Amino acid sequence: MVTYFSEIYHGLISLFIGMAITFKEFFKPTVTVAYPYETLTMCDRYRGHTELIENEEGKPNCVVCGLCEKACPSGCITLAGEKPEGEKKKVLTTYILDFTRCSLCGSCVESCNFNALTFSKEYNLASTRKEDFIFDLLKRLEERNK
Amino acid sequence: MRLTLLNVIVAVVIAIGFAALNAAYLVWAERRGAARIQRRPGPNINGPFGLLQPPLDGIKLMAKQLTIPGGADKVLFIAAPVLAMFPAIMSFVTIPFSETIVAKNMNVGVLMIFAFASMGGMSLVFAGWSSRNKYAMMSSVRAVSQAVAYEIPMLITTITVVMISGSMDLMEIVRQQSGSILHWNIFPLLGNSHNILMPMSFLIFFTCTLAETNRAPFDLGEAESELVAGFHTEYGSMGFGLFFMGEYANIVIGSCMTTILFLGGWNAPLPFLGFIPGVFWFLLKLYLLIATFIWIRWTFPRTTIYGLLNLSWKILIPLSLFNLLFTAGLIKVF
Ligand code: SF4
Ligand code: SF4
Repeated sequence: MVTYFSEIYHGLISLFIGMAITFKEFFKPTVTVAYPYETLTMCDRYRGHTELIENEEGKPNCVVCGLCEKACPSGCITLAGEKPEGEKKKVLTTYILDFTRCSLCGSCVESCNFNALTFSKEYNLASTRKEDFIFDLLKRLEERNK
Repeated sequence: MRLTLLNVIVAVVIAIGFAALNAAYLVWAERRGAARIQRRPGPNINGPFGLLQPPLDGIKLMAKQLTIPGGADKVLFIAAPVLAMFPAIMSFVTIPFSETIVAKNMNVGVLMIFAFASMGGMSLVFAGWSSRNKYAMMSSVRAVSQAVAYEIPMLITTITVVMISGSMDLMEIVRQQSGSILHWNIFPLLGNSHNILMPMSFLIFFTCTLAETNRAPFDLGEAESELVAGFHTEYGSMGFGLFFMGEYANIVIGSCMTTILFLGGWNAPLPFLGFIPGVFWFLLKLYLLIATFIWIRWTFPRTTIYGLLNLSWKILIPLSLFNLLFTAGLIKVF
């Protein structure tokens, strides 16, 4: 009999405690943003698809060593470069990232010794076509610099 | 007021208007309130504060096609949503909003409201049965056991109040609670109840109202996580719209009844505030109760069917029965 009433009593009290919590939450400011109109900046460690880092002249830092291509476990990266007449270093001509297979593991970023590759903060990636996820990173770099 | 055809029609039109307006804007209030509790803004795009959301939702629902599943019982399938809405609207006719604002006062008002309220349960059974859908079927089975379980303590508690007032007339019940906040039936001291268990009765009645209107945490009839949408799984268009409006209209009726039976109806809480019209106090109490409904829904998770039936049969019914006998004893002694 005593347990019966104490159970009712404690149950009832716990209900009021719950209601007090939601009552307090009601008056706190909202924490979400109206997404398409406002967006949050992504945190530092967010991993979007990879992108090339540029030097001061706006050219990619990449020296076409091919280490990232080898490091990628999924074979997402296809790159090519050429050595123009009279230059010492190779110049990147294509860098294709097949994002449909990328697992964002970060091996490519880690393997790059020339500070040429990093994760972007891009997350608005929705499309109905597969081709939209095969990124030409060199073109993206140029577009960024426009 | 004489009962002529004209004022019956006027009363019904006003009742439908009031019910529909409340249903529409309670949905808005519910969504905004839920959002605030979850710390989101809620619907705020259409119109100021999202106030145009309910009419737009209504237009969307009306523009949809009403499909009837193959093999369904057509007559019952169409009758069910109407039956969900109609008892609530009928009940408005006898609810006194103030000393003067009442469509038709009856000396068996309490009885009439409970008679119509029990018909509301039928709509769930009809909908579940006629949909030819196993989820809807399970939902209506649950709804029946729930309605049986919660109508009993609710009626016993109502009988307690009726015994204290000595009348089934809603206006008379309210009149007996006039004076001040301490004369209301919820508080035992100055009123004619002298019963220290009345706050408990209020809680029992309020809990039963929650269960009767199938609101969370007692919304086992809908239980999206188990039963898709329960009894209205197969309803689209305004069939669904009517169920939805019926739910909110029932909330309004339930809150009206709680206000009348326990919170002194249109009476002002303190005598010197009596110059403010009664309808203001009535609506204030009504909407505070409705806000509590919304608040409760977004605080507690859904109970289990066992928890629900245990609560009724093991706690609410014994306690309300005890209070009934206790009140009878008190009336005999004093
Ligand atoms: S993150 Fe991993 S999977 Fe993606 S491109 Fe780099 S190495 Fe390949
Ligand atoms: S590892 Fe770095 S420098 Fe080498 S090819 Fe890849 S991005 Fe270019």
